[in-house]
Amino acid sequence: MSVQAWTFLIAGGTFALYLAIAWWARVSDTKGFYVAGQGIPAAANGMATAADWMSAASFLSMAGLIASMGYAGGMYLMGWTGGYVLLALLLAPYLRRAGHFTVPGFVADRYGSNLARGLAVLCALFISFTYVAGQMRGVGIVFSRFLEVDVEIGVMIGVAIVFVYATLGGMKGITWTQVAQYWVLITAFLVPAIAISIRLTGVAVPSIGMGSTLLDGSASLLAKLDQLHADLGFASYTQPFEGEWDKTNVFCVTLALMAGTAGLPHVIVRFYTVKNVAAARWSAFWALGFILLLYLTAPAVGAFARYYMLSSLHGKTEAELPQWFRSWQPTGLVLWLDDGDGKVAFYGTRDPGRFAESEIFRRGALNADELATVRVEHQKWIDTRGSAGADGRAILRAKGLAGPDQDILVLATPEMAELAAWIVALVAAGALAAALSTASGLLLVISSSVAHDLYFRWIDPQASEAKRLLVSRAVIGVAVVIAGIFGIYPPGFVSQVVAFAFGVAAASFFPALVLGIFSRRVGGVPAMCGMAAGALFTGWYIIASVYGGMEPWCFGIKAQGIGVVGMLLNFGVALLLTPLFPRPDERVQRLLDEIREPESGAAA
Amino acid sequence: MPKESRRSELEAAAHRRYWSHSVRTIALLLLLWAAFGLGCGVLWADALNRWSIGGFPLGFWFAQQGSLLGFLLLIAIYAVAMGRFDRRLRAELDAARAADPASEERRA
Repeated sequence: MSVQAWTFLIAGGTFALYLAIAWWARVSDTKGFYVAGQGIPAAANGMATAADWMSAASFLSMAGLIASMGYAGGMYLMGWTGGYVLLALLLAPYLRRAGHFTVPGFVADRYGSNLARGLAVLCALFISFTYVAGQMRGVGIVFSRFLEVDVEIGVMIGVAIVFVYATLGGMKGITWTQVAQYWVLITAFLVPAIAISIRLTGVAVPSIGMGSTLLDGSASLLAKLDQLHADLGFASYTQPFEGEWDKTNVFCVTLALMAGTAGLPHVIVRFYTVKNVAAARWSAFWALGFILLLYLTAPAVGAFARYYMLSSLHGKTEAELPQWFRSWQPTGLVLWLDDGDGKVAFYGTRDPGRFAESEIFRRGALNADELATVRVEHQKWIDTRGSAGADGRAILRAKGLAGPDQDILVLATPEMAELAAWIVALVAAGALAAALSTASGLLLVISSSVAHDLYFRWIDPQASEAKRLLVSRAVIGVAVVIAGIFGIYPPGFVSQVVAFAFGVAAASFFPALVLGIFSRRVGGVPAMCGMAAGALFTGWYIIASVYGGMEPWCFGIKAQGIGVVGMLLNFGVALLLTPLFPRPDERVQRLLDEIREPESGAAA
Repeated sequence: MPKESRRSELEAAAHRRYWSHSVRTIALLLLLWAAFGLGCGVLWADALNRWSIGGFPLGFWFAQQGSLLGFLLLIAIYAVAMGRFDRRLRAELDAARAADPASEERRA
């Protein structure tokens, strides 16, 4: 069977499974809709959290990102997992004990103000919508690459599926579907990784294979990679702080991602669905454990793919080029613009002279016409030995399109290692599962923010249970459609927005929640001033440096890491203002007594 | 304070002990968290790279694998320790209530 037939079969089968689960898990009350009746076992919730957390970007791009960054890629691995320690120790058990349906609900209760609720709803909506647009786009891209349908049709199929199971089952349907999606995506990630690891090093565990000796016995994989990087002028793969990432920035980005992870509303809300406080703690353990299956494998896939990429391209002639390169060149994820000698040259930026000779590029955001023009001009330039046409390499280099696209690594590694067609198809189903599961979790946060925190608090507090459920379903339905529209017509900022979402979460929610739980003294006004100061500073710094071309003046910290400064600012403002305002009242003190006890039976 | 009117002195003491144990445990584990992730993975990574483990330079290993495993271990230790504190608190509260019949009456 062909790859395409396998893809239809496997993707179709998983979709049928998701819909069957949705029918089985349909709910009839708002508690089921928002927090799955608070009856999800810790391990199942861990799987759902892991699927929720690992987006299309984690699945498709992370290994490639790490491969292109080497050591510095570790900041994403540590940042996105270290956040779970903060979440487990500082937030999850206490927020679960407080028993609200949403994060803004807790913020409003603790700081005793609807203004705080409004601020929190605004942050939650901003973070969730920007995220979900990227997921829907991911669904469309996977459809178009593997099934050769239009991105638009792919997005619409994705919207239809999520619409059915999110409106029917709410959080309960989403959670159990995510459990299934976890297994689809982790199988799809691990099977090719294990096969490649065995092929290269003979070791079946990829994260051990990564440090092992190559089967040809020449050297260890990492030593070989370092050698290739040195020969071709790339920054060292294993040595830190040699490339563009210095120690300050690696430190700040890691910490900002950690605090941001702990402050993301769609992650926090997962811990509201379990039975009790103890289950919330263990749920964090399971979640990180299931996430690590992918996160410990991703750097290995990155290293394997980097090795294939460098050793199978540089110095090869047209006839010697590997099959994966031929089948992926048409997508534009990797391009070769020869200088006329018929041999591929692939160099890093360390030596500017040789970098100018590098012939491997990617299409990036260029459309088909622009790319064709570059190619035609380049051919003319070669044929006339430079007297007419234009050097396509210089054009692409100036546009920042040197080197292959990061996504190609996960997409093409099964082919690099010449694995069977059904494994390639499995990767497509896994990428779809990753995108759909993250999208549905985010949509639920949007629905609960709008329906629960805005509609019932401010517009119709007397609404009956049936009406509440109906409104929640309607909101999630509308949100799915809006997300789909974003997916078809992506706003230009989506790619930079991840840094934005993490930075704002680190600088707003995280300090407010930690102070709200661990301090009896911090009141509403100082906390809100802190949140506003942190979020505004971070937002301004990111916008100014990404769009305004501002130099990173603050200790040289890049936009991605500035959330740390915003977070410190938030803590600082809140703590400095605290002595000027009265101590929170009795109601808040009782709330704090309550959430600091492990179970209500202990409250005499 | 109304808290005192709801709880006997023994019960309040048990709650205070529980909270101070929790905070101390959390602080200790966060110290280890910082040492793994930010210390070994970033601040000391260049120095640690002089040694190697299983074919990996040590600092690189911490950044891409070691810290991650450390994080998982820390959460497990936390969940076990807090479970123990929970049980101790429950036992102390039961003892306090048995010693103070007034507490039972207030509950009823």
